Amino acid sequence: MRINLLLFASYRDLTGVSELSVDVTDGASAGDALRELRQRDTRFAALPARPVVAVNREYAELHAPLSDGDELALLPPVAGG
Amino acid sequence: MLAHMTTDPIDVAGVLASVGTPADGAVLLFLGTVRHENEGRPVRGMRYEAYAAMAEPVLAEIAGEASAQAGSDRMAVVHRTGELQLGEVSVAIAVSTPHREQAFAAARYVIEQIKVRLPVWKHEHYADAGESRWLDGAVPPVAGSE
Repeated sequence: MRINLLLFASYRDLTGVSELSVDVTDGASAGDALRELRQRDTRFAALPARPVVAVNREYAELHAPLSDGDELALLPPVAGG
Repeated sequence: MLAHMTTDPIDVAGVLASVGTPADGAVLLFLGTVRHENEGRPVRGMRYEAYAAMAEPVLAEIAGEASAQAGSDRMAVVHRTGELQLGEVSVAIAVSTPHREQAFAAARYVIEQIKVRLPVWKHEHYADAGESRWLDGAVPPVAGSE
């Protein structure tokens, strides 16, 4: 299945990636998808092992299952206000 | 109720004017502004970045919670992103309630929740060495683990 990956702020700067359409194993969770990416693309090695994620614009657990077409966002600790 | 993200300067008077009815004896306005120093270093400006498509719904959710707690739908919050100069308003929160306690509590709730839940990041520009860095932030409580 294919997901749309989004990275923001320091995570974007660390990897040089802001948005990427990627193929991951069917049925992968958010955490599985991140492990796959880390293994095949060295740019993702710099990210923390367990970042906060959002799936389809809502905060989600790393074990949340993904579906084809999902938007997976990797979110550094937030600092609004 | 009003909750939105903007890249334009915040119309503070407009935010304030959107609350306040004859039922309310308290009208409160909170502004967050860009400060000229942080942890002892002189700051010359700040860039705010947001995951805009997610930030606006989260902001509306926070405002909705505060509104329910205060028992008032007279609630407005606007958060700005982009490059901000010193003294510029990054966030404006206005609320009106029959009595002051609910207004203070609601405004406090909104700003504290913004700090831990809103997907926004600050890139601070320093005046001394001409460098910039992302500020440390808070780890949002993830839905489902609360």
